[in-house]
Amino acid sequence: MSTHAFEPKILVFSTNIISDPGIDQAGMSHINYPSSSRILRVPCSSMIRPEFIIHAFESGFDAVFIAADGGDCPYLSDCSVRTARNVQRASEMMKENGIDQSRLRMAGICSVCSDAFAKGVKSLYDITKGLGPVRSEGHDRAS
Amino acid sequence: MKCRQEFKLTEGKKERIGVYVCHCGGNISDYVDVKKVVEEIKKGEPNAIIVKDLMFDCADASQSEMIEDIKAQKLDRVVVAACSPKLHEATFRNMAKRADLNPYMLYHADIREQSSWAHEGDMEGATSKALAHVRAAIAYVKSAEPLEKIKSETTHSVLIIGGGIAGLRAAIDLSRMGVNVMLVERSPALGGHVAELGEIYPYYTSGPEIVKGLVDELKGRDNVAIYTNATVMSYSGYLGKFEVKVKVTHRQPGSEYSEITLHVGSIIVATGFDTYRPPKGEYGYGTVKGVVTLPDLVKALGDGSKELIYEGRRIREMAFIYCVGSRQKPPEDGGHANLYCSRYCCNAATSQALTIHRRFNNVKIYHLYRDMRTYGRNELMYEDAAKGGSIFIRFDEDHPPLVAEDGDRCRVTFWSSLIENQPVDILVDLVVLVTGMEPRQNEELNRTLSLPAGSDGFYKEIHPKLRPVETNITGVLISGTAQAPRDVRETLSSASAAAAKAASFVLKNELELDPFVAFVNPQACEAHQECIKECPYGAIELVEELGKKARVTSAKCKGCGACVAVCPTGAIQLKGYTNMEIKSMIEELAR
Repeated sequence: MSTHAFEPKILVFSTNIISDPGIDQAGMSHINYPSSSRILRVPCSSMIRPEFIIHAFESGFDAVFIAADGGDCPYLSDCSVRTARNVQRASEMMKENGIDQSRLRMAGICSVCSDAFAKGVKSLYDITKGLGPVRSEGHDRAS
Repeated sequence: MKCRQEFKLTEGKKERIGVYVCHCGGNISDYVDVKKVVEEIKKGEPNAIIVKDLMFDCADASQSEMIEDIKAQKLDRVVVAACSPKLHEATFRNMAKRADLNPYMLYHADIREQSSWAHEGDMEGATSKALAHVRAAIAYVKSAEPLEKIKSETTHSVLIIGGGIAGLRAAIDLSRMGVNVMLVERSPALGGHVAELGEIYPYYTSGPEIVKGLVDELKGRDNVAIYTNATVMSYSGYLGKFEVKVKVTHRQPGSEYSEITLHVGSIIVATGFDTYRPPKGEYGYGTVKGVVTLPDLVKALGDGSKELIYEGRRIREMAFIYCVGSRQKPPEDGGHANLYCSRYCCNAATSQALTIHRRFNNVKIYHLYRDMRTYGRNELMYEDAAKGGSIFIRFDEDHPPLVAEDGDRCRVTFWSSLIENQPVDILVDLVVLVTGMEPRQNEELNRTLSLPAGSDGFYKEIHPKLRPVETNITGVLISGTAQAPRDVRETLSSASAAAAKAASFVLKNELELDPFVAFVNPQACEAHQECIKECPYGAIELVEELGKKARVTSAKCKGCGACVAVCPTGAIQLKGYTNMEIKSMIEELAR
């Protein structure tokens, strides 16, 4: 094991119109959250293919946070239901691949939900820190 | 021959990328080692022909520099790493256009809101995050393809929701510009709150006069349709082509209501505010006789009587208590509070005092305030009120005045820092609570429109300086007090601003929409039809002639990408967010 303290890498999926502005708001309010997070924006959380989430773990992310549109989605009134269903599929795929399912989290983050976002990412960070790196779970990256 | 082909292939594959990392004055470079980001990219990305750090990427000179680089170095892809793309993505896409580069060959990476500002004090962390975001952006542009905006015809009409002074003003402006206006008002009458008020600052015009002036201007205009007793039921569509269903309630017996469908190119939301209603007992409201709110007083003063009498009581001495329902302390239990200043109230109360001084002899007025915010020219009203006999006394937030009944008068006890916080009692005939504005309770409409609101509950613009009347929903604009507490003057100018913006949309014959719509790779499509079931807009169909393949109608596609997630083969993807683009970004972000 490395002597360096383990810093969980977290991929955040945000949405252009709703949760990305909420995450911006966290920065604008100088609310800190783990800097080992990386943010990737898409139009709507309902478009996140389970395969993208698995790809993130395969690429070396230790956790994935879906900052979903929640009830504010400008496209779909049932966006949360759809996103949750896709996230559920990803979670099942994680199980099949031997990845701890608590490494994946989804939360509705509105365009001003900066606190909820920071808290959510921090708590996922803490959980992941306890679990250790994703590669320690015997997951074969080369597959 | 073969050689030449191969040569061409490799030549065609080599991207020529320009990368521009912004300091944003110091907003970014104070916490992100911008020079290091530039060095790392130079080291690791041979296809990045130009890698620069600029003091302000958005400055005119910087944009000119980028255009020169693109032309001189034949750059075919550009990455801008700067503030949030919500601020300047459009700016840089326009820059690309001016350089004859397809604007969608540019990616705007956020290294300010999501790096430097979020991780101040952690320069190493912020820098490595910024670097990852820039690398991901490079990966994106490498697989990006030129896209063309989707052209859509516009409907030359605008729906205005709300028939208060903001809605009326916007209707007049639009009508004059030759735009068809449909105005929907929930109540039976036009004019909103203002129609019920007495004299309003500045210039002491009465509320009904202001409303009459506006309504008279609208009368006889053949491109304006006004629906009162009408509410918005549902809406669909997009900028240039909204379809709105409106329920109009009839007063005649027989037909209860009818439903109409309006086709408009843009929507202005001018739904106004609610007056703060103090809970029973706040400063004696509802428990002590003679305690009223500011709007109650203004309505009472509208009757033109010679003497100041309120509910049978002759008023000789009165007190205004300011900041009622505004600038509240957040409750310890985390409950709701109005933290904001309502902006209009100091001015409104001071102007009412002036009206009283002018109209009635010998009325003594005490003003118990926390901070007097008669900003701008309104300061003159404050001066005049003081000269006219008003007495201004400051109280501390932690020591608010007490109001109690004392015979047939009100006893107000206050503590002033000027007299060493000794309690002082005054007896008055009327206590006026200077109440603020609250966001209008409009749950049904909020659900229908799902407009973003700020933490204060008022509708929120995209950016207070750059896009002050636009919302997250392109084509839906906000104005007046639905957006923030405002006085009459400010409300009217924001209504005119929204009208001008709406006109700028609908007066074009053709609108250009972002090209981020779904498309199908027919080779990969196996006709599972999951996408067709998933799409709520009916934008996807199975086409037999194509050999049973799904096909997207771009004009119907809203670009959510819900279909992308459910396709078993990855055949349906979103332009601008292809599976390849997303996956290559994930890989770079994970480095």
